Amino acid sequence: MKVPFSWLKEYVDIDVSAEELQTRLFSCGFEVEELIDLAAEFDRVVVGVITEAVKQEGTHLTMCKLDCGAYGKNIEISTGADNIFVGAHVPAALDNSRLPGGIVIKAKPLMGVMSYGMLCSGEELGINDDHIEGAEVNGILILPDDTVAGTPIAEVIGLDDVIFDISVTANRPDCQSVLGIAREVAAVLRKPLKMPATDYKTSDYVHPTLAVEVADMDLCPRYLGHYVRNITAGPSPRWLKRRLALCGLRSISNVVDITNYVMLEIGQPMHAFDMDTLESTRILVRRATEGEKIVTLDEKEFTLSPQNLVICDGEKPVALAGVMGGLNSEITDKTTQLLFESAKFARDNIRKTSRSLGQSTDASSHYEKGIAEYTTELGMARALHLIEELNIGEITASAFDCNDGTPRAGKSFTATLSGINAILGIDVPADTVLDILARLQFEVVADGDNLSVTAPRWREDIEIGEPDLAEEVIREYGYEHIKPTFLASATTTSGGLNRAQKTRAKMKRTLCGQGYFETSTLAFYADADLDALHIAADAPERNVIRLINPISSNLTIMRPLLAPSLLNVVVENLKRGNEAGRLFELANIYIPKQVPVTELPEERPHLGMAAFGDEEDFFTVKGSMEGIAEAFGLTFTYTRCTDVPFLHPGIAAYVECEGERIGYFGKLANDVTAELKLPKDSKAGKKIFLGELDYDKLIAHEDPNFRYQPLPAFPSVSRDLALVADEAVACGDIEAEIRKACPAVSEVKLFDVYRSEHIGEGKKSMAFALTFQGTDAPLVPEQVDRFVNKILGNLKFKLGIEIR
Amino acid sequence: MKQKIESLNAQLSAAIANVQNKEQLAAFWQEYLGKKGHYSLLMTELRNVPAEERPQAGKVINEAKKWAEAQYQELSARIAQIELEAQNAREAVDITMPATRRPAGSLHPITIVKDQMIDVFAGMGFEIYEGPEIEDDDHNFTRLNVHKNHPARDMQDTFYVADDIVLRTHTSPGQIRVMDSQQPPIKVLVPGRVFRSDSDATHSPMFHQMEGLVVDKGITLCDLQGMLDKFVQALFSADVKTRLRPSYFPFTEPSVEVDVSCFACGGKGCSLCKGTGWIEVLGGGVVHRQVLQNCGVDPDVYSGFAFGIGIERITMLKYGINNMGYLFENDVRFLKQFKD
Repeated sequence: MKVPFSWLKEYVDIDVSAEELQTRLFSCGFEVEELIDLAAEFDRVVVGVITEAVKQEGTHLTMCKLDCGAYGKNIEISTGADNIFVGAHVPAALDNSRLPGGIVIKAKPLMGVMSYGMLCSGEELGINDDHIEGAEVNGILILPDDTVAGTPIAEVIGLDDVIFDISVTANRPDCQSVLGIAREVAAVLRKPLKMPATDYKTSDYVHPTLAVEVADMDLCPRYLGHYVRNITAGPSPRWLKRRLALCGLRSISNVVDITNYVMLEIGQPMHAFDMDTLESTRILVRRATEGEKIVTLDEKEFTLSPQNLVICDGEKPVALAGVMGGLNSEITDKTTQLLFESAKFARDNIRKTSRSLGQSTDASSHYEKGIAEYTTELGMARALHLIEELNIGEITASAFDCNDGTPRAGKSFTATLSGINAILGIDVPADTVLDILARLQFEVVADGDNLSVTAPRWREDIEIGEPDLAEEVIREYGYEHIKPTFLASATTTSGGLNRAQKTRAKMKRTLCGQGYFETSTLAFYADADLDALHIAADAPERNVIRLINPISSNLTIMRPLLAPSLLNVVVENLKRGNEAGRLFELANIYIPKQVPVTELPEERPHLGMAAFGDEEDFFTVKGSMEGIAEAFGLTFTYTRCTDVPFLHPGIAAYVECEGERIGYFGKLANDVTAELKLPKDSKAGKKIFLGELDYDKLIAHEDPNFRYQPLPAFPSVSRDLALVADEAVACGDIEAEIRKACPAVSEVKLFDVYRSEHIGEGKKSMAFALTFQGTDAPLVPEQVDRFVNKILGNLKFKLGIEIR
Repeated sequence: MKQKIESLNAQLSAAIANVQNKEQLAAFWQEYLGKKGHYSLLMTELRNVPAEERPQAGKVINEAKKWAEAQYQELSARIAQIELEAQNAREAVDITMPATRRPAGSLHPITIVKDQMIDVFAGMGFEIYEGPEIEDDDHNFTRLNVHKNHPARDMQDTFYVADDIVLRTHTSPGQIRVMDSQQPPIKVLVPGRVFRSDSDATHSPMFHQMEGLVVDKGITLCDLQGMLDKFVQALFSADVKTRLRPSYFPFTEPSVEVDVSCFACGGKGCSLCKGTGWIEVLGGGVVHRQVLQNCGVDPDVYSGFAFGIGIERITMLKYGINNMGYLFENDVRFLKQFKD
């Protein structure tokens, strides 16, 4: 909300500086995001009177001597413009001056003659005819003769002003106007508010047939219309033009300017229909019919539906309610009679219309924020007053008020002083409370602790009760009066993470210990990310939750897997030349219970892992899995995984725990790798490993009732076995067979694999270190020999393995 | 004999100087002290000595041999020392060469800061609750006093997955879920991911918030500020303080914006606080009566306060990160810098 300081001063005798007012507004809840000093745009640009003008031979330049008052009487400035003359008053940008846009003017030679500045056109000053007559002529801006040499130009063009750019919270639509801010300024400065004049006289004339009717009161709870005739269409007076210009609006004509002025000043969007253009004198506010069309003032055509509200002249729409008027009833310089509209439309309907048609205007923006009926009444009265003040038309007695019977009174309720103080936790003196509420124009009748309160009509944000009053009181009284207390009256509670939360934290730390960095990736991506991982069209992961209103085509589905997110992170790192890394994320995946979604979906935490770089291979990543298992006291087993489409069928494993599959990991499949957009020479790109575990399934295997195991009472015995097996025999099978053959084996560890011609084609030699542990008695060598023989026998029989 | 011994002693003394290693030491021992060494052979010459002089000569020979052995011991110690030094020299490494190790990973800075926050509030008796990330309209808006046509719905650009199911736009629905399942006294933190359809240099469509809720008898605005003072002091430094100023949230009344005195300049004004001496860190307020009522908590008996903190914002402030994008790029060179 942009508010000129000069305009505020019209309603409140402000005796503080703009900076001080900024601080005061901040303290009562209105942050001034920017204080724009317009005059600062015109530093050392002053009125100069040309005392001499000499054409420079052989150039297009004229050397002028200027009287710039206190800045110098004989300042020499060259100009190429030819509309200057001796005696002309002109804007002179002196040496080291500044123009809008940060342009700095310095003395410099022009065609060999020193020029100590620049004479300015209106365009160079960034102004137009609304600021001052002649600003749009081709050439130097010629100022009125009554301007005084040396006067800063900002004063002359009405820009010696400060604009407050104020952030207004959503609960205060009543402050979306100069008057609304002025009310707050008056309250915080403890000054009276001088209301803008809203009085006017009507003629006796009553239009014989004009009628206004609202068919859809739910979308238009209040509609005021007033017939004005004998209009003298023409330009607006300078003060009105300048006000609009200060707020960034161009002057159009006196009637249109009045409607814009009222919107800025009162916060009420106004509209005026040219009665000469209407087909009938029966104005009807109704829902549009399906397919009905309207061309708005900006010459855009819209096709409407019953969701949209329109104003009709009997048959055809002449305005899109609350958004923009129709081109067909536009006010022109030929307009002689008009109907003013000041209305309250349902804000959600205006929002829907504005959004669905992509047509947003100052008016629609006001309606979306909310308009109080008080404002609707005040706006109409102010517009009619301005018609009278400008003396440009006859205000007739044909006035219309369509309403839904809402009482014309502020909300009334009771409250207590003690209740207000109980919320704040401090004792605000009763007089102070009453004074603050009075300043904010609440009507209060106090009886001891009890207050009967009526809120101002424009404060539709006020609900019924003490919290609202507490907020009003403290923002005026000052938050510095709040005395911090540390839960003086609260019950002591035990807090902290619960077991599940601690376990998650431990999982993260375990992975950090394995060299993994935690990542944070977005919870959504696109189908293309699943395509990149070759997830089949009919795979369960394709059953996803889709955003109805995605922000971009890259972010359309809630992720069913973490792997695509992590692969994207890996690729991004490789592109940046990061040749190695280990990454993880512990985050939810989302599984719809049905598509389209009709109830909250399942959110399952997954643990996604990625490792890339020269030092990684299947077994380093398997080591990470073992690290997790060890940290949580679990035993993982691994089975070959050939059907995860993005993993290499020969270098991937399912992870199982107590017979349950909890996830998978492996090398990124060759065909997936080939399609990655990686730097050509990326060696690390050939070594990407991904893993994804179902976190809840994994953690469910953790034993919450851990008890210690007594240490073995007897020493263990070690034996090494060198075995020769067929290449096809898996290490895990051998290990399992060894354990099955002898329960006394407490540990089996492969420590060497060796292949040679000597051993034979298709064979491998594997060396295992076995540890035997007796439980009831110490093991004797003969016993261990028997165990070894049994093991070797079984290995030979079941797996065809020989001892070397 | 005496002459002979003296000459032998002189020979030995001269030989010592040439012994530089273990092998030479062994040869030296063989030559002088071995069975056939010079000093051992002296005894065989004793038979050439007249009988009456033999005891005296024997004594002299023994002394000479003892002396020679002592010389050997000393030499041996010296050689051992030389050998040790030579070994040490051989084995010495360039200690400035890089260490070999598997470096540990680390937590994401958002997690680090989130954990620090949890730590502060856990000490004050807060439990931690994590609600669903996909929420129904009822929990995300309606029961938080944001009804269908409420302007606050415009404040929060919402992702929808169904007409009445959204990606939660804040962690505030956690307030409702906790109050539904638990009677006061309540002290709870709700950390989590939240989503808004907004993406630019200062906004990510997904970010993290931490909601706090206290509901008990006699809770006031003063308690909110007192607790937040403790919080910012623990998180930033012991000498910072908070400032409340009016704001608006539909689910609190009064609502406040909370600023913290600038920990970089101590409140004098610097680039971090844009010259104001204060940094906006969170929003909060007294829980709206309607919200309590919506959860079956009697607002005439209980009152409470709630606050919501943007974890990214705190993380960026704490570590001086000037671009929110870095937090979601996951560049390992960035992630590596955070230790905890």
